[in-house]
Amino acid sequence: MPDNLGTSPDDVQFRFRDDEVVDHAAVTVDAFLDQSNAAAVRIEPGDDARELLPHLERIKLVEVNFPGFMDGRGYSSARVLREAGYEGEIRAVGEVLIDQLAIMRRCGFDAFAPVNTLDEADAERAFNLWNEVYQKTTDGRAPIWQKRHG
Amino acid sequence: MYRYDQYDQEMVDTRVAEFRDQTRRRLEGKITEDQFKPLRLQNGLYLQLHAYMLRVAVPYGTLNGTQMHALADIADKYDRGYGHFTTRQNIQYNWIKLEEAPDLLADLAKVEMHAIQTSGNCIRNISSDQYAGAAADELVDPRPYAELLRQWSSFHPEFLHLPRKFKICVIASDNDRAAMRLHDIGIQIVKNEAGEIGCAFYVGGGMGRTPMVAPLIREFVPLDQLITYSEACLRVYNRYGRRDNKYKARIKILVHEMGKDEYARQVEEEFAHLLEQGIEPPLAELERIKPYFADPAFKIGLTEKADRSDDKFARWVDSNCMPHKAPGYVAVTISLKPVGGIPGDASTAQMHAMADLAKEYSFDECRVTHAQNIVLPHVEIGRLNELYGKLVQADLATANIDQIGDIIACPGLDYCSLANARSIPVAQKISQRFEQNGKGEMLGQLKLKISGCINACGHHHAGHIGILGVDKKGTENYQLLLGGSEAEDTSLAKITGPGFDEAGIVDAVEKAADVYLAQREDGERFLDTYRRIGMDPFKEALYA
Ligand code: HEM
Ligand code: SF4
Repeated sequence: MPDNLGTSPDDVQFRFRDDEVVDHAAVTVDAFLDQSNAAAVRIEPGDDARELLPHLERIKLVEVNFPGFMDGRGYSSARVLREAGYEGEIRAVGEVLIDQLAIMRRCGFDAFAPVNTLDEADAERAFNLWNEVYQKTTDGRAPIWQKRHG
Repeated sequence: MYRYDQYDQEMVDTRVAEFRDQTRRRLEGKITEDQFKPLRLQNGLYLQLHAYMLRVAVPYGTLNGTQMHALADIADKYDRGYGHFTTRQNIQYNWIKLEEAPDLLADLAKVEMHAIQTSGNCIRNISSDQYAGAAADELVDPRPYAELLRQWSSFHPEFLHLPRKFKICVIASDNDRAAMRLHDIGIQIVKNEAGEIGCAFYVGGGMGRTPMVAPLIREFVPLDQLITYSEACLRVYNRYGRRDNKYKARIKILVHEMGKDEYARQVEEEFAHLLEQGIEPPLAELERIKPYFADPAFKIGLTEKADRSDDKFARWVDSNCMPHKAPGYVAVTISLKPVGGIPGDASTAQMHAMADLAKEYSFDECRVTHAQNIVLPHVEIGRLNELYGKLVQADLATANIDQIGDIIACPGLDYCSLANARSIPVAQKISQRFEQNGKGEMLGQLKLKISGCINACGHHHAGHIGILGVDKKGTENYQLLLGGSEAEDTSLAKITGPGFDEAGIVDAVEKAADVYLAQREDGERFLDTYRRIGMDPFKEALYA
């Protein structure tokens, strides 16, 4: 399997970060764990994101691949990384669709490289649809229960 | 019962707007049917043999009169004047047009209802004991906990693309009336030795093609960790649940293959981590929810006796009324199983009637049961005669709760694209047979459950008598099963032997019933006799 399988900055359609777009080629989790200089890694649905936790300080970009949008393991992967304090880019790649954008944001994704470019207006609407949320995640939004109880 | 505040209302209104937009994009061809399917499923819309079917959530089975009226209006406006109450305490409509679905959801939102996550690979509507808040045997009312879980599980960003559907049930009594251990997660509210209230977690139950009774994985989760522990259970499932084979994707398979101890260990690990994340609502949130479920203003000094001079009325009281925690009250179950009828169906007129009766006799509350009936939870014993008279007028006075005529049946081949055989006609014939031969009442408690295929929507694994529709070289065939139970003595039914055709299965049920009548000892139910004497005497009678 080639090491160089990542998306390029040009593939990123939406990004919610102010820093420079990370332009390292992402490697597989196995390759990443084998080599000490990689700064970008791609998580496939079957990978365990917890294996990356000892190495967070050298990671600049995590791509989480959605080969099919129905496989939701990537949502857990992103949350696990954010909960461990990872602050670098988490880029959703693969079959990323309009109706996944808002929940991906909630799970910690801050860049999106959909395999098929999305309609800008539809995406804009999707990102801004939910004013309120029921659950607490690491996205910093106050859940409804927090608003109810101050 | 629970009422939405501005936040809850905003969530369902936003959902309606979202679905309207999704439907627009689908109708404009911007998304494919494959992409649209999970979106509509998460709003309760299935495509069936003849039309779209829409399933509306009835959280933990509780409804007020206004909501029941609204369900009736929806049946008139968008369907053909009927609704079908389901085994997960929801209601389904069978003849829905896609273009009209967003308007239907908007009508629901007006009465604080929705169809969110009633299908699809996500956490489904939370079910509970239909007698919650009324039962004399409950520790506390389980519904505040179910409501807390409802809010947590609605739109949970991490768990909307699970390996498979996920069903949670919450009860608070040792008598299980909600098939708790046949859920992906079954929670029983319990008291520990220190006298504190908390939750026992049973994980990995289910029916379908591989039925399993959920094992206990944690005896006690403190109330202020309920959400965190649930999240840990789900995260471990989302990580390891199988995605290569949809028939092995349910959590029951994971817990079984991994072993319950290893699953529990991994949950503990994730739980310890999540406890540091501060994701648990404060106990104040539970305290906010609880008063919504406070007892209504029960009267005191009421009569505890009804006038039993009318024999039909007395029989109805004996089969359809359940003791209540408040003196002078009972919980009344309205049977949606008239002899020869479609189990769980109610007409618009009947739904309006039940809504009015709930208002007049039961503090404006009704409940949907997993056995597809409706409960008026708080009725004065002294007003039972009057209520019964009105039920008779509305064709809702069938006296058969938990008897052989109170059949659970899935839609089967009449509606369902996955079916091998019809379920509804078999249910109709069995109830007619036992009405004609007069054995129905004599048999006492006998729970009969019919599924039209191995997916087990009709709970056949959990029937004292179960019937499973199979395909035998292109003709409809029925297997008979005996000995299942969904109650606190949960067990899975066993197949008797070769299957029967449609007429044959009705005869077979009667033969099995006759074995029981001949062999029963004092106070034994069908299930008890079966457990005592075993399968052989039944086999002899069936296949001799
Ligand atoms: C008519 C359309 C329906 C279809 C296509 C359908 C499909 C299915 C399928 C495929 C399963 C197996 C899922 C699994 O094991 O993962 C299932 C299970 C189930 N369905 Fe349905 N169903 C339908 C209607 C209903 C209705 C009307 C009810 C209620 C009366 C219902 C209640 C259930 C229940 C309780 C289960 C068992 C859940 C478990 O395995 O734990 N279904 N259904
Ligand atoms: S048990 Fe089978 S036939 Fe019956 S509703 Fe479920 S999928 Fe359809």
